[in-house]
Amino acid sequence: MAEAARSNLKEVRANKSAHELLESPDFKALVAKRWSVSLLLLALLFVSYYGYILLIAANKAMVSQKVGEVTTLAIPLGVFVIVFAWILTALYIIWANKSYDPEVERLKGQLKH
Amino acid sequence: MNLGALQQLLLGQAAPATTSLGRPTVESIGFFFLIVAVTLVITYWAAKRTKTSKEFYAAGRSVSAIQNGFALAGDYMSAASFLGISGMVALKGYDGMIYATGWLVGWPALMFLIAEPLRNLGKFTFADVVAFRLRQKPVRIAAAIGGILTVLTYTIAQMVGSGSLIKLMFGLQYEYAEIIVGVVMLAYVLFGGMIATTWVQIIKAVLLLFGVTVMLILVLAQFGFNPGNLYQAVATKYGQSALEPGALISSPLEAVSLGLALMFGLLGLPHILMRFYTVPDAKAARKSVLYATGFIGYFYIIIPIVGFGSSVLVGRDLITKIDKGGNMASPLVAELLAGTPFLGFIAAVAFATILAVVAGLTLAGASAYSHDIYVNVIKGGHASEEEQVKAAKIATVIFGVMAVLLGILFKGQNVAYMVGLTFAVAASANFPALLLSIIWKRMTTWGAVWSILVGTFVSIGMIVLSPTVWVDVLKNPAPIIPIKNPAIFSMTAAFLVGWVVSLLTPEAEAQDKFEDEKLRTYLGVGAE
Repeated sequence: MAEAARSNLKEVRANKSAHELLESPDFKALVAKRWSVSLLLLALLFVSYYGYILLIAANKAMVSQKVGEVTTLAIPLGVFVIVFAWILTALYIIWANKSYDPEVERLKGQLKH
Repeated sequence: MNLGALQQLLLGQAAPATTSLGRPTVESIGFFFLIVAVTLVITYWAAKRTKTSKEFYAAGRSVSAIQNGFALAGDYMSAASFLGISGMVALKGYDGMIYATGWLVGWPALMFLIAEPLRNLGKFTFADVVAFRLRQKPVRIAAAIGGILTVLTYTIAQMVGSGSLIKLMFGLQYEYAEIIVGVVMLAYVLFGGMIATTWVQIIKAVLLLFGVTVMLILVLAQFGFNPGNLYQAVATKYGQSALEPGALISSPLEAVSLGLALMFGLLGLPHILMRFYTVPDAKAARKSVLYATGFIGYFYIIIPIVGFGSSVLVGRDLITKIDKGGNMASPLVAELLAGTPFLGFIAAVAFATILAVVAGLTLAGASAYSHDIYVNVIKGGHASEEEQVKAAKIATVIFGVMAVLLGILFKGQNVAYMVGLTFAVAASANFPALLLSIIWKRMTTWGAVWSILVGTFVSIGMIVLSPTVWVDVLKNPAPIIPIKNPAIFSMTAAFLVGWVVSLLTPEAEAQDKFEDEKLRTYLGVGAE
């Protein structure tokens, strides 16, 4: 399958439609969308993790306050950072499956003609 | 070095006490031989399917997303995570949890930034991606320097840590432990290549997750399945401060720099990156990160609970009596709650953990030499299948023997800085060049080479001059550079140098080839 895709790429390059595809607004929009989703999710990851670290560094009293009888705020916060990180990866997968993959298939279809 | 502190904990020596830890029991040896026997049978099976270089390095790209998710988790969760974090929580309380979060947050970043492009662009190593449209020789050589250095320092840290751990648990002499790890691991990699390594990592991940889950249930059962009761008991026994952040994070700069090294170091670990070539396509690569993040996240959420449980049920006194660093906190609580057979099981799992990680590292180290240097630099990219596999196997033996010798050579040494060095070099040397080559059209050969070299030598230089090496290892009175983790500076320097040098040395060909690269990066057209 990979071999076929490779020889296909060579043919397309010859008739320049690969270049046309790269220059098409659809492809540019796909790339732009991919990075804006990635960077948005990365920004959320940064805010949660570095926010957690800096909060501990800056305000130990705050994270040491009790949320249960003895349980400190820091404990659910640490768990939250881990769970939230996983949720972000899940969000990326959901987006990629729902909107990135179909668009990739559509553009690859154009390439063959 | 915060990271280093953890590794340092691993090096504490055992003292005799009322436990079967430290002497071999029928159960521990039985479980150990069972694991080794099963994995060697798999290796035999895998060996018959390992003929080509694609099978040797990338398991024929036939690993499914969920299998790779388990294998990534098995490749990543080291004995330091398993024994070190539970021990740290048991002895120091909350601070261990801060580590646990840091070890996880690189995974989403790996997914967002490089997992799919890496799979689409590369063949066997991350250097394939950096060298994709640049001049092969200089880039491959530089990337192999960064890659091999990362793998080697991590291997030394793992080997030295594992020798001490095996001694603690089985009472086996350090040198024998090193040799057993080396021989068994070499059998996997040499004969079964990536297929066997993958299955060893999957088995290890399943056993480890099963083991800690049983421990979690056993611990929580003592507290009416309510973590609140457990925390109550911790606070009663050791004071409220055990549940509060302590001295680990004192300087925000230091904390953020450590966080950057942990997060982006993952994106430059060759043995982790290599696993993405074992799946059929970018979609499977992406899914495998989701699975891996789930398994690893679950592990890091429950391991502190086991640590807290051990501190209450076993008690800090006994834990430190067995091992000053607290590494035996979870094995001890396993023995207390479920007896010697379960302790034997946990000890065998810890052994399997070491084997799986070292096998992954050996394969990565061997591929950096045989694929990047031998095939692409010495043979100019023209080597027959037979030559490639032969080179890979020779490199594997050399790397395996070196791992054992270095493990023995560094016996009793303070190798705390090795883990820090690994992550700092990975984040500074490997990651910036990799990311820039994927996203930036104007990246050039010399931009990549200088980014890698500057990242490597700035991070090494800063660690040597930092308190971790300059004071703790070289015994100087004061450090030349006060910061323990250089990533915030060395990673920035690597990006800046990569950018400036690329602008100074424009490379028309590299820019032209960026179009091909983009088709592969985003659409997977032409991906192998």
